[in-house]
Amino acid sequence: MEFSYNWDFNSILFNWDVLAHGLLVTMQISAITLTAGLGFGFFLGLGRYSRLQIFRFPSNVFVELFRNVPALVVIIWFFFAFPIISPFEVDAFTAACLAISVNTAAFSADIYRAGIQSISPHQWEAGRALGMPYLTILRRIVFPQAIKRVIPPLTSRGIEAVKLSTLASVIAVNELLYSAKQLSAIHFNPIEAYTAVALIFFMIIYPLTRFSYFLERRLGHSD
Amino acid sequence: MSAILSIKEMKKSFGSLDVLKGIDLEVKESETIVILGASGSGKSTMLRCINFLEMPTSGEIHLNDELVGTVRGKGENTNITYRESDLCSLRTKVGMVFQQFNLFPHMTVLENVMEGQVTVLKRKKIDASNRAKEQLGKVNLLDKIDQYPSHLSGGQQQRVAIARALAMDPKVMLFDEVTSALDPELVGEVLQTIRSLRDEGMTMLLVTHELGFAYHVADRILFLHEGQILEQGTPQDILFHSKQARTKEFLKGHAAFSLPNPETD
Amino acid sequence: MYEWDFSVIPMNADLLIMGLYGTIKVFVSAFVIGFPSGLILALMRLSRFKIISIPIGLFIDFLRSTPALILLFWFFFAFPIIIGLMIQAFLAATLTLAIVAAAFYAEIFRAGINSIERGQWESASALGMTRLELLRRVILPQAIKRMIPAFLERTIELLKTTPLMAAVAYSDLLFQAMDIAQKTFRPLEVLTVVAGIYFMMIYPTSLGVRKLERKLAKSGESTVH
Repeated sequence: MEFSYNWDFNSILFNWDVLAHGLLVTMQISAITLTAGLGFGFFLGLGRYSRLQIFRFPSNVFVELFRNVPALVVIIWFFFAFPIISPFEVDAFTAACLAISVNTAAFSADIYRAGIQSISPHQWEAGRALGMPYLTILRRIVFPQAIKRVIPPLTSRGIEAVKLSTLASVIAVNELLYSAKQLSAIHFNPIEAYTAVALIFFMIIYPLTRFSYFLERRLGHSD
Repeated sequence: MSAILSIKEMKKSFGSLDVLKGIDLEVKESETIVILGASGSGKSTMLRCINFLEMPTSGEIHLNDELVGTVRGKGENTNITYRESDLCSLRTKVGMVFQQFNLFPHMTVLENVMEGQVTVLKRKKIDASNRAKEQLGKVNLLDKIDQYPSHLSGGQQQRVAIARALAMDPKVMLFDEVTSALDPELVGEVLQTIRSLRDEGMTMLLVTHELGFAYHVADRILFLHEGQILEQGTPQDILFHSKQARTKEFLKGHAAFSLPNPETD
Repeated sequence: MYEWDFSVIPMNADLLIMGLYGTIKVFVSAFVIGFPSGLILALMRLSRFKIISIPIGLFIDFLRSTPALILLFWFFFAFPIIIGLMIQAFLAATLTLAIVAAAFYAEIFRAGINSIERGQWESASALGMTRLELLRRVILPQAIKRMIPAFLERTIELLKTTPLMAAVAYSDLLFQAMDIAQKTFRPLEVLTVVAGIYFMMIYPTSLGVRKLERKLAKSGESTVH
């Protein structure tokens, strides 16, 4: 066995622009999927909470489907299968964003729903007794109270979405992990390349995780 | 004087359980009615049906001679449907105060009292704020307007809840066991607030266990038993000269209430 | 209008079954390694010696906050160079899944062990038990019950991570599906059916876990939320 390995981090440092571009794409995917996923998830959550079957049923199907099919399978499906029936062009970047967004939406829907459900029925009653219509109660009474309870789990979900962005490399979207793959193919330095990328992700995600614990404690206390 | 609120044949069942078996009631303006009854007699359900927090199974409610709801169909086949807008407009005219206060914890005292005025009655913020302060002044809480409900005692919270309902300028007020969740030493301040409301001529329906209080404030007492009004009359009639065995039995169970002394009051 | 043709599925059923076998093999192996490793990591994390607990804590946090696919690539492409041996896709896959699962299991063990009141530790210590004995005979039996839903949830998560293995050409269900899809030019049918297979494996399990969670939550024995 050969243990003495000559580390070659120079090839990483000299090609920092490749990784920087990869990081940029990772951030783009994250930004798009967080906005679309958490946004759409909000309406799915309302749909799942609704008393009306026409809202509840499709929301339930959507949520259960994308919670229970692995994200990578969904990405592959959106890239290879979806274009056949899609009315619009689907490139790898779009496919990855679509897949991660629906995954994030499905998971966040239940967070929103749980948040709404955690508000006591007495609060609804107090609103109704003042003559407030359903939507006004949601907007003025329920949401402002529920938001404190959904922010910590939504943060965790957001972190999960950032981690999922690496899966886009499988369909050759040139995000951070894919850049490392390319670098290592050119410079034969997989150890350095993948270690560097692992560390970059750790440095992004770890503080976010600590921050979500902090939020949880902070918001949990003020209740 | 004509009835401000009239209830006809109001029934309510939960599944096969008939909780209200036909309530008829005419409430005159400025009248204070206390509803008594054992637990399970349907007294809370009756209050909650009056402002449709529970949907009555059948029956009609008229407020100021106007039918609540929308009549559909013709001739024999008419029925009343309730749209959200019907119910919302009714509820602005019928205020309700709950056992559990149910203040909005994310709003200050002032914001709690302004909320309905601004979002439902569409009052200007400044007007709503003035009206809120006026009501909070009446319940002696002007010094608490910027506090959050969690910093208030139960009695103070309940007085805010009363101010919140009154700020909507309701025609009728419903009080559902508003002192039951309070520590004994805090009951007095809430009852005092209700009593001064009566003196101002507010029309009120109260469900309460405070018989002494009922004796002093009620113009009329209803005794509910198994979803029906078994007996009604003046406090004297019901509390001291009841004709019904059920009523007497109920009152005996509440023998702890101190017999009110009209002279000192 | 697209004309669906599902006949490619029965024609390639053997390949799909092979893929399914590959998926299950890597899942079971990763679980068998990951679960006890998780307990060991948790115990080290809870050690009184900072020289052990701090680096292990950092290691766990690192694994939990690094995307699994990166770790997989690292094990598949980088690790063989360090040890100077080629390693098969199966081994790299199993190692990655096991180590990630171990880190997450470790956190569940830790939370579960920490949830047992101090009094239990003290009363058992008073009986003269050693720390390890105490853990094995008093703490773990109580903690395990509370941890079950979290464990199951994490195990489903492990199952959901297995398709990553296709990225290093390990012939799991997803890899076979992509292969068939390419050969038959029927990606829509093949991939849709395979997504359905994953769904049918995972959904009933999730439902079961949710049911169990509600049951345990009612009796106040869950530490999941």
